[in-house]
Amino acid sequence: MTATQEAPGLTKNIDVRPINKPKKPLPFPLSLYQTAVGKKWVMALTGIGIMGFVFAHMIGNLKMYLGAEEYNTYAESLRELLHPIMPKHVVLWVMRFGMIGMFAFHIHSAYTLTLMNRRSKPQRYSRQDYVAANYASRTMRVSGILLAAFLLMHLANLTWGKVLTGKGFVEGEVYANVIHSLEQPLVAALYIVGQLALASHLFHGAWSIFQSLGINNPRYNGLRKGFAYGFTALVCGLNLTFPVAVLAGIVKL
Amino acid sequence: MRVTLKIWRQAGPSAAGSFSTYSVDDVKDEMSFLEVLDVLNERLTEAGEEPVAFDSDCREGICGTCGLMINGQAHGPQRGTATCQLHMRTFKDGDEITVEPWKVASFPIMRDLIVNRAPLDAIVEAGGFISADTGGAPDANLIPIPKPVADAAMDAAACIGCGACVAACPNGAGQLFTSAKLAHLNLLPQGQAQRWDRTERMVETMELFFGSCTNHGECQEACPKEISIDFIALMNRDYVRSKVKNRKLIGQSFP
Amino acid sequence: MVLELDSKSPKGDIKDRWDNHRFDMKLVNPNNKRKFDVLVVGTGLAGAAAAASLAQLGYKVKAFTFHDSPRRAHSIAAQGGINAAKNYKNDGDSIYRLFYDTVKGGDFRARESNVYRLAQVSVNIIDQCVAQGVPFAREYGGLLDNRSFGGAQVSRTFYARGQTGQQLLIGAYHALMEQVSKGTVELYTKTELLDVVVKDGVCCGIVTRDLSTGEVRSFNGHAVLLCTGGYSNAFYLSTNAMNCNVTAAWRAHRKGAAFANPCYTQIHPTCIPASDEFQSKLTLMSESLRNDGRIWVPKGFDDNRPADQIPEGERDYYLERKYPAFGNLVPRDVASRNAKTVVDEGRGVGPLKNGVFLDFSDAINRLGEDVVKERYGNLFDMYERITGENPYKVPMRIYPATHYTMGGLWVDYNLMTTIPGLYALGEANFSDHGANRLGASALMQGLADGYFVAPYTIGDYLSKLLGQPPVPVTDPAFAEAEAGLRDEISMWMNVGGTKSVDHYHRELGKIVWDRIGMARDKNGLEKAIAEIPVLREEFRKNVRVLGTPEGINQSLEKVMRVDDFFELAELMARDALHREESCGGHFRVEHQDEEGEAQRDDENFSYVAAWEWKGRGVPQELNKEPLDFEYVHPAKRSYK
Repeated sequence: MTATQEAPGLTKNIDVRPINKPKKPLPFPLSLYQTAVGKKWVMALTGIGIMGFVFAHMIGNLKMYLGAEEYNTYAESLRELLHPIMPKHVVLWVMRFGMIGMFAFHIHSAYTLTLMNRRSKPQRYSRQDYVAANYASRTMRVSGILLAAFLLMHLANLTWGKVLTGKGFVEGEVYANVIHSLEQPLVAALYIVGQLALASHLFHGAWSIFQSLGINNPRYNGLRKGFAYGFTALVCGLNLTFPVAVLAGIVKL
Repeated sequence: MRVTLKIWRQAGPSAAGSFSTYSVDDVKDEMSFLEVLDVLNERLTEAGEEPVAFDSDCREGICGTCGLMINGQAHGPQRGTATCQLHMRTFKDGDEITVEPWKVASFPIMRDLIVNRAPLDAIVEAGGFISADTGGAPDANLIPIPKPVADAAMDAAACIGCGACVAACPNGAGQLFTSAKLAHLNLLPQGQAQRWDRTERMVETMELFFGSCTNHGECQEACPKEISIDFIALMNRDYVRSKVKNRKLIGQSFP
Repeated sequence: MVLELDSKSPKGDIKDRWDNHRFDMKLVNPNNKRKFDVLVVGTGLAGAAAAASLAQLGYKVKAFTFHDSPRRAHSIAAQGGINAAKNYKNDGDSIYRLFYDTVKGGDFRARESNVYRLAQVSVNIIDQCVAQGVPFAREYGGLLDNRSFGGAQVSRTFYARGQTGQQLLIGAYHALMEQVSKGTVELYTKTELLDVVVKDGVCCGIVTRDLSTGEVRSFNGHAVLLCTGGYSNAFYLSTNAMNCNVTAAWRAHRKGAAFANPCYTQIHPTCIPASDEFQSKLTLMSESLRNDGRIWVPKGFDDNRPADQIPEGERDYYLERKYPAFGNLVPRDVASRNAKTVVDEGRGVGPLKNGVFLDFSDAINRLGEDVVKERYGNLFDMYERITGENPYKVPMRIYPATHYTMGGLWVDYNLMTTIPGLYALGEANFSDHGANRLGASALMQGLADGYFVAPYTIGDYLSKLLGQPPVPVTDPAFAEAEAGLRDEISMWMNVGGTKSVDHYHRELGKIVWDRIGMARDKNGLEKAIAEIPVLREEFRKNVRVLGTPEGINQSLEKVMRVDDFFELAELMARDALHREESCGGHFRVEHQDEEGEAQRDDENFSYVAAWEWKGRGVPQELNKEPLDFEYVHPAKRSYK
């Protein structure tokens, strides 16, 4: 018997009512997602997946510095991943669905955990001085929402070519599309803001993963924060160069 | 010196609460914070006003009965110190000090600064023990326990159950308390037989009452025994392992 | 009526007494155990251990604590350790040696049979605690570590850093909570015992007040165990927790339980002195500090110079001067009395002139700061947190404080008081420490009573009650007790005086400390007996309890406890006055030799003084249980 069913003695001796309802356990592994600790695992694992994507995306974009031809070939090759073993576009779509799934789980777990936290903390202190919690950790929800908004804008802008496309969007002309978008100072600023939100989110998230997954050993604990700082600096730092390079005319048509 | 105390007053569990402001003169550096409240209460009584209800017992930082939010920090500004061990030399003449009870949904305020922390006992009740009925114990030196293991278990077992970790957590999470209780028993050889059952039951009971961990680390700073959030990582790992473990085989995988 | 004080000590060879007694006792069939209700009051070491063990056996147990959780009892504050005759160090320890040390350390005022049993079960306690997961200190090989402690020449003390009491209590608390989860123990927190119900001379239940709601409620049972600790707070300033009180024991005393040896109170020499009038309690620091610290005061009177400006020649290392052999390591009572002497002479140090120096500068010069830090770092930190002074730079200031009471409810070998069905365990009883307790023995006694003694002896009593349901709470005996308590509560609510409860508690504490403190004399004790009732009358007329009896009312909780302290303090003085000798924690200045050492009078006072309640305002009557020493023969303690 697990404690989610009524733990013996709980009702008789404890005069405080639970804030969360006991759940009927679902079969494994869904049972894990019913608990906050399990949800944090899901959040951490999807976080790792998204970090992998963000890292690969950044590496790919560095091709921008090699010129239009290299860049467009790279973009095209994404559609042909594992071709000819698989038909064209299939792997790309599998990856896209994978990403959508990861985002969905990441956001859903964050949302439900936030509700749980609100229930636990209905009343704030008149004053609370934080000691360890930093700006990044306290604004994960804000930076997360900003990131989601940025992601939609980014898709609409450079994947679907619907908004803020500047001098025009041409399917397949990836290099030109990027420059047409980013040469507009407003768009460049949006991308910079998006990257700052990403940096803030990663700064806490990349460290937090280790803690949520229970990866903890005094021998390498010091490296966990180092990894988070390094990863954030690498990804966001290089990503930030793209709008700057376009605005500065270093990357041009 | 003279300090102004802005204290949360609440007549009962269902009454509305609000702040009242009192000033206390002749406060000396050597006084503990709770002694200032004692003085205030004595003066209030003599003036015919009901004294401020607050919990405290041992006043040497070990029983875990006391616990106040002082100037926005659980147990006040000094690290590794329970409220009762906080002394007035931490403050300056003329300071205004805000004093609140723990405010967490599962710690209902009973009166003024007193809260009900029964859910912490509920978590222990769910499995925070090693079943060893009186009389059946083998010789104490039968199982050697490596010193680092015994020390780590002791680090976790130092928890005084004051609830400051929950109170300081922006999410009202009970992770540090639960993980300390778990780590104390799960690290020791004696605790292995019930390890997975214990972990599952305690974590799930914790989640009935408290919020979830977002790894801020506020709890570790608030803890008067400076218990590390490393134990939370251990709990997170053990919980998921408890879900996948084939318990018929755990006899083969004792650490 | 003169009480019949039958100790029920078994006869025969002391080694076999407990075994034979266990065999002779009647048992309760496992299926019948659930028919018995047992009420356990207090959830410290003794209470939690007894409640858990009784529930494991199958009895229906109700456990009561006035704390919000059973884990908060003051057992938790014990620092040093717990003794056990394991002889893991191969240094010649044995059950007999622990027995011998305890009887001798108790200055030959304890019952031999009880002490031997305590030493016997001490080994089981360690096994039990380790099985429960108590993280005792280990050596690098993984085996248990031991240290030595005052009053013993062997290393038999098991410890968990400086938090042994905490860890042992958490072990017992875990065992208790396991039984709560199984439904075999019903736990009542925030519930204070305020009366013991006796019907036809037999204890049948208790009356409690719910401290959260103010509800007065009766509970019935076949037996009641009081595990409610000691009464050091009669001194107001002591190392006990703020809420420690004598109320449960005292109210049992009023219902007929004899109170034994109330004057045996132990003063701990190394506490941090009070810093002002509003100090609420004193903090104890481990005695181990005396291993390396040197105790001194200025030679001159009213010397206001800081310690570092007093030259070596003007310092009086009075313990080293008077006791060259033991020096700073004399036993607790000797160290405490000498500190009082120099402070009373006007040579005290600190802003209030109420302490003596404990100086580590020699140790730091000899060993280096690092070694001193390793040995005492946590204590130094604690001292600095409380006083704001850095003990590596300036000498610590220390002064003795009350921290344990050897006296308590009189119990027989079965731990039953003079009321059948009412038991007292742990510090609440008087049984095992005689006139003075050795370091690291309080934890041992609490757990011995709770885990290994009461669970057996209660069966013998209950077996005779088979087939008898408990007296129902609707019985007039309960109604009368409840009505009495309600009347008392409304009396306090309606006094309408002007002064707080704490004010009177402080005033009482001053009398108790001055007159019934470390050194007592006839004159002072007689004054105390005259002063206490006067102050008590004023207290009862002029105390102010605000608020309502419903809900949380901490003044109301305190006023009843302080009222009981008043009566207890008077009895302490009476007991101290009648005991015309010095022994252990009881030092009468009239009874000392030329060198100021305590002089026992074994011819006239080798007995337990058990006082019998005779009604309000009437002095208690003295009953004597003679003590026989068949094994450890009384000898003078000397530390020269």
